[in-house]
Order: sequence, then C-alpha cells, then structure tokens
Amino acid sequence: MSKQIYIYRSFERFWHWMQAILIFLLAATGFEIHGTITFFGYKNAVTYHNIAAYSFIVLIVFAIFWHFTTGEWRQYMPSRKNLRAQMDFYLLGIFRNAPHPTKKTVLSKLNPLQKIVYLGLKILVIPIIVISGLMYMFYRYPQGSSIEVLNIHSVEPFAIVHTIGAFLLIAFIVAHLYLITTGSTPTSNLKAMITGYEELEDEHDEKVTGAAALPLRKKTEPETLS
Amino acid sequence: MKKIIIILSLIGIIVISAIGFFSDKTYEPTKLDELIDKYPKKYTPSANHTQFEILKQNFSAPQKVTSACISCHTERHKEVMQSNHWNWTREEYIKGRGIISIGKMNAINNFCIGVDGNEESCAKCHIGFGMTSSMFSFTDPTNIDCLVCHDQSETYAKAPEKGGAPSLDVNLNLVAQSVGRPTRANCGVCHFYGGGGNNVKHGDLEESMFQPTRDVDIHMAVDGPNMSCVDCHTTEKHVIKGKMYSLSSMNRNRSECEQCHTSSPHESSILNEHTYKVACQTCHIPIYAKVNSTKLFWDWSTAGKLKDGEPYSEEDSLGNHSYLSIKGSFIWGRELKPEYIWFNGTADHYLLGDTVTDTINPLKINTLNGSYADANSKIYPVKIHRAIQPFDAVNKILIQPKLFADEKGEGAFWQDFDWRRSSEAGMKEVHLPFSGKTSFIKTEMTWPINHMVSTKDLSVSCKECHTRDNSRLAQLTDFYMPGRDYSKLVDTAGIGIILMTLLGVFIHATIRIASSKKRKRKQHE
Repeated sequence: MSKQIYIYRSFERFWHWMQAILIFLLAATGFEIHGTITFFGYKNAVTYHNIAAYSFIVLIVFAIFWHFTTGEWRQYMPSRKNLRAQMDFYLLGIFRNAPHPTKKTVLSKLNPLQKIVYLGLKILVIPIIVISGLMYMFYRYPQGSSIEVLNIHSVEPFAIVHTIGAFLLIAFIVAHLYLITTGSTPTSNLKAMITGYEELEDEHDEKVTGAAALPLRKKTEPETLS
Repeated sequence: MKKIIIILSLIGIIVISAIGFFSDKTYEPTKLDELIDKYPKKYTPSANHTQFEILKQNFSAPQKVTSACISCHTERHKEVMQSNHWNWTREEYIKGRGIISIGKMNAINNFCIGVDGNEESCAKCHIGFGMTSSMFSFTDPTNIDCLVCHDQSETYAKAPEKGGAPSLDVNLNLVAQSVGRPTRANCGVCHFYGGGGNNVKHGDLEESMFQPTRDVDIHMAVDGPNMSCVDCHTTEKHVIKGKMYSLSSMNRNRSECEQCHTSSPHESSILNEHTYKVACQTCHIPIYAKVNSTKLFWDWSTAGKLKDGEPYSEEDSLGNHSYLSIKGSFIWGRELKPEYIWFNGTADHYLLGDTVTDTINPLKINTLNGSYADANSKIYPVKIHRAIQPFDAVNKILIQPKLFADEKGEGAFWQDFDWRRSSEAGMKEVHLPFSGKTSFIKTEMTWPINHMVSTKDLSVSCKECHTRDNSRLAQLTDFYMPGRDYSKLVDTAGIGIILMTLLGVFIHATIRIASSKKRKRKQHE
C-alpha cells in the first residue's frame, strides 16, 4: 500500500534548489578565479563569486534557523541502524531490484548513508569552504588593516583549503546527481524535490502530511533519534 | 499563495543584503572631477620680464644673464646651489654602506658609463656653464644656467661639448626676457635625451612627450589636461619633488600618483585593496616607449670597429642605430610591456671601485630593494637595460673609460678607439687601479616606469596577471596569486577524486542498466 506523501516542504525545496544554483555558480566562477576555466571574464567571475557567496551565507543562516525551529536537524543524526544493509543495497541489492532497506518517511527522510554524508557536508565541508572563503575575502596584508589579528601574511593557505573544499563538494555533487536516480523509480526522487510529494509506502498509523505532522513529531521523537 | 510570499520575501532579503554589502559607502566621486577642474587652468606669471631694463643690456656672456637674474632674485641662486640639478650629487644613506655622496658626478651606469673624465660633453645637460674636468667651480653662482630651465622662447640651446655653454647663435636678450615657469620643453630637452639620444635611457620620457596625445600620456595630453612636468614634480625653493633610482637610494621626496589621486581612487574595493601591494603605475602603464624606441641592450664589447680607418654606423628597420663604432651594438624596442619588481623605495648602487664577486650572473648597477614579505614593497613596472660593458677582470672592478676628448691622442675612446688607453686614462681620472687589460661584463640597470599613463580603458586587465600562462607577473614568484598559482597536489588529487567518482557512477550505472535488462528478459521468458 503506498500513497502520495508531502515530504519536502516549501522552504526545504526552496533552500535545496537555491543552494544548487548557488553551488553551480560558485563552482563555475570559483574555478575561473582559480585559473582552471575561462567563461565569465576574471573580473566578473570575482564579482559574481562574491555576490553568490554572500547569498549562500544568507541562505545558510535561514536554513540553520529552519532546521532548529522545525527540529529537522534530527534528520541528520547519524545512526548505525541499517548502515550495513544500506551499503549492501547500493553495492548488490540495487542490481537485483531488491527493496530499499530503509523506509523513507516524513520523520526519517534520509537513509543512514545519507545521514553520514549530509552531516559531513554540513559540519565539515561547508564550514570549511565558508570560513576559508571569508578569510580569503577579509584577510589583509600586514599594513592593510588596523585589525591586527587579520593581518595574515598570505592568502595561500586559505586559497588552498578553499580549493580542497570545492573539489570535495563537486565530487559530492557528481555522486548526488547519480544517486537521485536510485529512488523507487529513476525520477521519483527528483519529482519529490520539485513538487514536495513522493509516493511512499504507507506506514502503520501515520496518515499525515509534512506540515500537519508537526504536532505529532514530538511524540515520535525517540524513534527518529535511535 | 502564502508560500509564494515567503519565497519572494526570502529572495528579496537575500538580494537586499547583497546590494547593501556591495555598495561602497565611502566613495566620493568628486576627487577626479576636482582634478580635472584644477589642472587645465593656465598659469599666469606675476611679472613681465620684457619690461625690465637690466634684461635689455647687451649680454657679452651667459654668466652676465645670471648676474642680472640674481640682482633681483637675490636668494634663488643659494637654493639652486643646494640642488641635485646643480651638484649632481647628494648625500644618501644606503643600508650596509652608511651615508655616502652619490649622483651623476661619481655614479656609473651601463649607458655612457660615467661622467668622470667626460665632463665637457656631459655638461650639455648640466644647469651650469664652464664645466670641465677640473676647472669647474661649484661655488660661483654666475655659472648657474637659469635659462635652460626658465626659457619660454624655446630658442635657447646648449652647445655640444662646450661645458654647458649656450650655442653662439642664441639671442640672450630674447631668452632672458621670456623667462617663466618651466614647461615640458625645458625639462624634456635634457630628460628626454639621457644616454646620448632620444628615449635611450628612460623609455617613458621622450620627444613624443613634448606634445603628447591622450594615447601617449593621459595627464600631459595636449588634447587632455595638458599638464606640465612641474604640476606633479611640485617645486618649492628649487627643490623638485621626484627622483630616479638610477641615482637615488632613499625613500624620500618621491613624486607619487597618490599626491592627487589618494591611495584608494577606485570605485571597486577590490581594486583599492590592490593598492596595498601594487603601485598605480603597474596597471595604468600597460606599455611604454609608445611612440619611439628605447634602448634595451648595449654591447660595448663590439665598439671600435672601423671601415677604412673611419668609424661608421648601422641602423635597424625602425631607423635606430644598431651599431656605432664609438659605442658598440644596440637592441631597441618599442611599445614594450614593462618588467615587474617588488620595490620599497630604497636602492643600492654599484659604486666606482666596488669589487665584483659574482662574475657569472649579470652585475646589477642599481639594486631596487623589495619583496612580497616586505610590508613597504609594492609591485612596480620597470625597464631593465642590459649591457656588456668594460670590466677589469684582474682587479674585479668596472672600468670608467675616458670616452670624450676634443682631439686624438688623449686616450679618449671616441677619438682613438683603443680600449686599453681609454681605460687607463679613465681609471687614472677616478684614482682607481687598472690591470692593463680591458675585459667585458654583463650588467643590468633598473629604471622604474612612471610616465606614459594610459587611459582607464587600456589599464592592465585582471587576466593579464591572474592567469596561469604568460602572466605579466610570472617573474614574481615569492607570493601566491589567485588565478596564477595553485597547489599541484591539491589540483591533481581533487580532479582525481572527481574522476574516480565519475568512474564509480559510470560502472554502477552500467551494471544497473545491464542487470535491469537481464531481469526484464527473464520476466519475458
């Protein structure tokens, strides 16, 4: 038994797609600044990269706020439950048309591998990129600023850390784009992120949509935290 | 509907915060307007010198003109006699050497090498009369040549090889009555021809600057602000702002763009930030020697060849001398991209008698100090003049040859074409030993490029430096520059990870498609 469930709410989808656009723009302009490609022109690339960077930071601030006020941050708490089964699924089961080992529900949208990877992005890769990026922008040559602590000798360490972050993020996106197609049908995940609705297996007594689920969430907390 | 409003307001907040952050609140657009307003104004003199009886007398010698000047301007000669233009030397502190006297009088270069022993010829560009090897008096104020700088009739000219005296056909009354504030012509008559011809030395100061167009120099352009030299090289009591590091050593009394333009003249804060480490000239003088060629290489070792016992010359395709028997072989260049160095405003010099320890690398005649790590250094554009010049390989010192003399037999190279004799005569003049054998050594001399500022649209673009290949700053390797530099390890590993991921995706997808087809076939069966 399955039915259309409202799984990604409007802010979540807005955040996701905005983030996607910004990351592509940042990657294109960033690698132009890095000297790898030529597309916008160097001066434009720098300007767009800075605008996109600030927009991204604003978006992150909103997203953090959203995650905490809705309690959605709990989605990313890592869990060992089903971890092995999830790996087996991607490495073997998927080729035999085996069912997904982790049931996707409104309260637990992510499988254990996703939890680990997304948490890694959120607390490691994105902060590294944002902090190194801000240092890249705001560090000053020794005589350039009255703020002594920002008088750092060279942009090199920030540039290199920032570049490492960029490569990791692009590698993630490559995998992410492919894994979109591994839903119950090749396009079901994509559709869900666009419309918010996904056809999910009906789970025992839950007959609720995302928005309406809020009051119920607290009651089911122990389950999602496991 | 509610959702749309939320989304729109979110986008609005993001856009507004971005605009707020990027709009520069400190920029005042009036500075350039002020300057444009200020400089084209014509200078009006405060006295008409044609009215003065004393300037109508029959001057029997140029010194009499000077006496007439001093009779009214009673203190000016004292200022002039303190100046570098008069003394051709000044006291400078050089780290490692202490306080020394340095100037044209005792410095050595890699053009015509040095003044010592050649005074009568060199004095054509001295602001005095009667300069000869030994008899010149720096204490006689009537020897000051007021007219060479203050003539406004444009008829005054110094005679060649006469110790600084004017040509005999100059009408001294006309010149004396014309005097005024120095114009480009007054300065240019010497400063454009240093090294024995137009644009030989500087590369950015030459004949085309007498009446430049906007394409040549945005400030001095006759179809622009039409500024004169002294508008920037402001002068008080005959102390002129600005100096050249061919002779200067200390970071003082420099004439700088910031005098007018401030250190943050751009609308873009990123560009303003560049001014911490990049001199204005670096971006705003994309090319120099825009009109006429400048000398880039001088090989003294080939000098002295004669045809039928006579000296001769050869020319390159642009009409520049490529060979002169008296001077050797040359390479000239036009519309040149400068070379770039870190420079903090201090310099050291090869001084006569300094022992050369490294005879493999080119000897630096002047060393402009600076590095990325030095907080006072900025990147400056320079012309580097390379040469091969006389060297005493036994005593390991540069040779100051005697080049000029009125007649044969005094050992002057330009008369006798004998390196041994001219070296001997020259070194005797400067009281240095000579081994008896003239060798040659490679030398380099660095000339900062400060003039021939281009219009804004022709400034060096980001990409000319921030690029992996053929960066203008390719030689400056002591710092990390975005767009040019990267970590090979990080880039290789990063691209590796992305390729591995792509490969993984490809393999996984292939197996998925294959197994799915297989399944379907089985189902059919």
